[in-house]
Amino acid sequence: MTEFLQQLINGLSVGSMYALIAIGYTLVYGVLRFINFAHCDVFMVGAFVGFYAGRNLGQPSLGGGILVMLTAMLACAALGILIERLAYHPLRNRSRLSVLITAIGVSLLLENAGQMVFGANPQPFPEIFPSREFVFGQLVVSSKDIVVFAVTILLLAALQFIVLKTKIGTAMRAVSFNTQAASLMGVNVNVVISFTFGLGSALAAAAGILWAYKFPKIDPLMGIAPGITAFVAAVLGGIGNIPGAALGGLLIGVIETFVKGSRWSTWTDAIAFTILILILFFRPAGLLGKLQPEKV
Amino acid sequence: MFLARPRIFLLAALAASIVLGIFQNQLDPYFVDVLTRIGINIILAVSLNLINGHTGQFSLGHAGFMAVGAYTAAAMTMFAGPHILPATAPEFFTALWFLAALLAGGIVAAAAGLLVGAPSLRLKGDYLAIVTLGFGQIISVVFRNIEPLGGALGLNGIPAYTNLFWVFAIAAVTVYVITAMVNSTYGRGFIATHDDEVAAEAMGINTTRFKIVAFVIGAFFAGIAGGLYGHFTLTISPRGFDFTRSIEIVVMVIVGGMGNTVGVILAAILLTLLPEGLRALGGVSPSLNWISESRPLLYSILLIGLMLLRPQGLFNFRKSGKLKIQN
Amino acid sequence: MKHRSIQSIGLFFLTAGIFLAGCKKSAESAADSTVIKVGEFASLNGSEAAFGRSSHNGTQLAVDEINAAGGVLGKQIQLITEDDQSKDGESATAVKKLISRDQVVAILGEVASIRSLEAAPICQQYKVPQISPSSTNPKVTQIGDYIFRVCFIDPFQGTVMANFATKTLGVKKVAVLTDVGSTYSVGLADFFKQGFTANGGEIVAEQKFTKDDKDFKAQLTAVKAENPEAIFVPGYYGQVTLIALQARELGITVPLFGGDGWEAPELIQGPGAADALEGCYFSTHFSSDQVSPKIKQFVADYQKKFGATPDAMGALGYDSVLALVDAIKRANSTDSSKIRDALATLKDLDGVTGKTTLDENRNARKPAVIIEIKGGKFVYKETVNP
Repeated sequence: MTEFLQQLINGLSVGSMYALIAIGYTLVYGVLRFINFAHCDVFMVGAFVGFYAGRNLGQPSLGGGILVMLTAMLACAALGILIERLAYHPLRNRSRLSVLITAIGVSLLLENAGQMVFGANPQPFPEIFPSREFVFGQLVVSSKDIVVFAVTILLLAALQFIVLKTKIGTAMRAVSFNTQAASLMGVNVNVVISFTFGLGSALAAAAGILWAYKFPKIDPLMGIAPGITAFVAAVLGGIGNIPGAALGGLLIGVIETFVKGSRWSTWTDAIAFTILILILFFRPAGLLGKLQPEKV
Repeated sequence: MFLARPRIFLLAALAASIVLGIFQNQLDPYFVDVLTRIGINIILAVSLNLINGHTGQFSLGHAGFMAVGAYTAAAMTMFAGPHILPATAPEFFTALWFLAALLAGGIVAAAAGLLVGAPSLRLKGDYLAIVTLGFGQIISVVFRNIEPLGGALGLNGIPAYTNLFWVFAIAAVTVYVITAMVNSTYGRGFIATHDDEVAAEAMGINTTRFKIVAFVIGAFFAGIAGGLYGHFTLTISPRGFDFTRSIEIVVMVIVGGMGNTVGVILAAILLTLLPEGLRALGGVSPSLNWISESRPLLYSILLIGLMLLRPQGLFNFRKSGKLKIQN
Repeated sequence: MKHRSIQSIGLFFLTAGIFLAGCKKSAESAADSTVIKVGEFASLNGSEAAFGRSSHNGTQLAVDEINAAGGVLGKQIQLITEDDQSKDGESATAVKKLISRDQVVAILGEVASIRSLEAAPICQQYKVPQISPSSTNPKVTQIGDYIFRVCFIDPFQGTVMANFATKTLGVKKVAVLTDVGSTYSVGLADFFKQGFTANGGEIVAEQKFTKDDKDFKAQLTAVKAENPEAIFVPGYYGQVTLIALQARELGITVPLFGGDGWEAPELIQGPGAADALEGCYFSTHFSSDQVSPKIKQFVADYQKKFGATPDAMGALGYDSVLALVDAIKRANSTDSSKIRDALATLKDLDGVTGKTTLDENRNARKPAVIIEIKGGKFVYKETVNP
């Protein structure tokens, strides 16, 4: 029983980080109908910004940690907006495949440039929040897991607030529903798109900091594996659906953890996709997605 | 161009491959290496083009089919071969067995294509892309867990049966078969499915069947390419057939212009030569070494530049990507 | 529109031209009178770039030092390095290019056994000696008599650690955590398990992970439930640190131990790393404790040139060059087959990874050194001779 609970905690912890990354994928998809392959590399850049910022921190503290996270979020929001402007915006009216290839190009660019600039060796990430273990008999809950989970919930709540209760959020929803109609109604589509990218990238950066905090070894290729899993989680939940992405992230995180601790751990990488294919078989639009009827 | 007289092109290409095969030993081994890779990439790109270009399906797991073909063919030559062939078999029989192994690889890969094509019934566009991506990864993980085939460490000691003749003969046949198929009356179904699925269905075309046929045939040739690849590099591992490899093939199809067979062939050649060209450039003088050491970075920049400047593909000479109807 | 098509075709022919420029089989004689061409292939980019670059740095440092001291047989060494990008299939192309276009007298590479295995049949076929700095899978040198390595192989290291566990640690129940994506890890784990059970020990738990994994709590939780007395982790330092940290977080207090993949200063860098690994052990080629002036000098020079402390790959890359140069001197020739024969009789080469002698299988017979992590430092524990 203890082992079960321990694995559950492990799973929820990793799952929350997948959720944060997945939401970034889903936000961009919802508004632009396009999979931003470079998202997981923005996650990596966020971790490295935190690395450089955190080194000047001295003692780990709640305030210091928050400061580092905000710095990374801001830096990556800017990066995301820049990428959108330079690489995706010019292809706005082109085929979806071209933008996809460009996204792959940007992803490779960030990874390879990262290896040149940051070096290929894994770097130790500084401790930015204080950490302790809480022991309940055989069960160990690390404060790292608590921080990760808490920050994820907070960011999710903030996001829901932005999307549902603010003007720009309404604009985002309008653009994702029907871009042309939204622009006819006076919504500045370019601003909304830039904002969406910035928001998604900020979330990726937050996830990057949390990930680096929990697994303090960062390297320029660190985003690839969690990126693929989070991406699958986003599709699982219904691509374009924010609560779905969060749900998908948590679900995959938990299932993956249980598989990893079992006899079949070498099949872990296939698990995420297998779950996805199974779910898509029964619900072709994802868990919480809505099937778009094809208009002729 | 050559598409106007496909049979003559096929015969000419076959003759050329026989010539290449005969003179292979006179050629520089590095040159032979690159030529072989060009041939294999042509097969991969043209077979993917059938699925992505002609039929308009979004497949991102082509390397998975390649893997299936590679492992199957290698298993046949490495494990079954010694039992079937006597130790001192004349070259003709070895060649025949190799062909059988390649075909076996293709058929098993085709079966995998069927497995992947079936879910395509229910899924559209991006979801299909992700499922194909997923299948590619799953196939990779499956091979990683099959210990008799080397598991994660890969399979080595594959006999070196691939040569220029095989590669280019098969490439010629692949191009011929796919082109002939797409240009036939039956093949109009692929293009119709690509252009407008709803209209095609309304006209009585079974788009589902065409989609599945595209996957199966595309997978078949990818499997053969995999078999050729395995008997060329002599060592294969699940990691060599991952998502990155699939994307490389997709890029060839896009750079060539989706649905444009000639363009795709040229793109396959160009994208195989490009890293070698950069390597050669970097070796010209020590001050240029950074070029050969930054090839992945340069590749990504070129990719982005290409998409921004010419998103319809480098070799797409047709207006707005619509296929020209051949008589 | 039309001139864009011309642009595309032009680009195509330009690339084809650059490439075809030198495609005829090279008729130049290999004995260039002023330099000795040595080929190297390594992962300078991609997922194994950390190791590839380390190895390359060590190699480059050795070549530069030797050239500065006058070269070999009066000639300078020209090191021609090709990047295999950590990708399957690239090593074969790189090596073919080095052999046929550059006409190198020998090839150095690679760190990863799977890429060494890709290149070895080609080096053997064209009779160019290949020296691998750190591939530990036994199969590599079995390809043929032109393939050598300057490191010990998994069977030896596995047995060393098995005996260490039984005799020095005195444990009978051990858990093993293997990286299934790495030939090195799987090989070492297999041989350790064989040796340990032969000594009467019991493997109470076995868990697997892959190279990209960062989260091991699932596996560690399962391991914890079996109450091992020690955990064998034959992996690389990037992940070992995380494993140790997470093990301590979960309340696992038993010692961890492993092989030379642990050898790097980064192992105990970062928050909590040194504490998590306190009282843990690993086997390797040298200890900075028993440091000789030669090793101290190497570390200082490496630090100066590359701004980082060398790890095991860097040291072995350095020694692979020393081995080659020693062979060239003893053969008194740059003829590949004479170099091969000289390499086969390499004895007591005094390098930075200890005294290297090559046995009849062309693998290095060297003592292994066991290091303990004590007080945040690597401390010499004992030497095990082959």
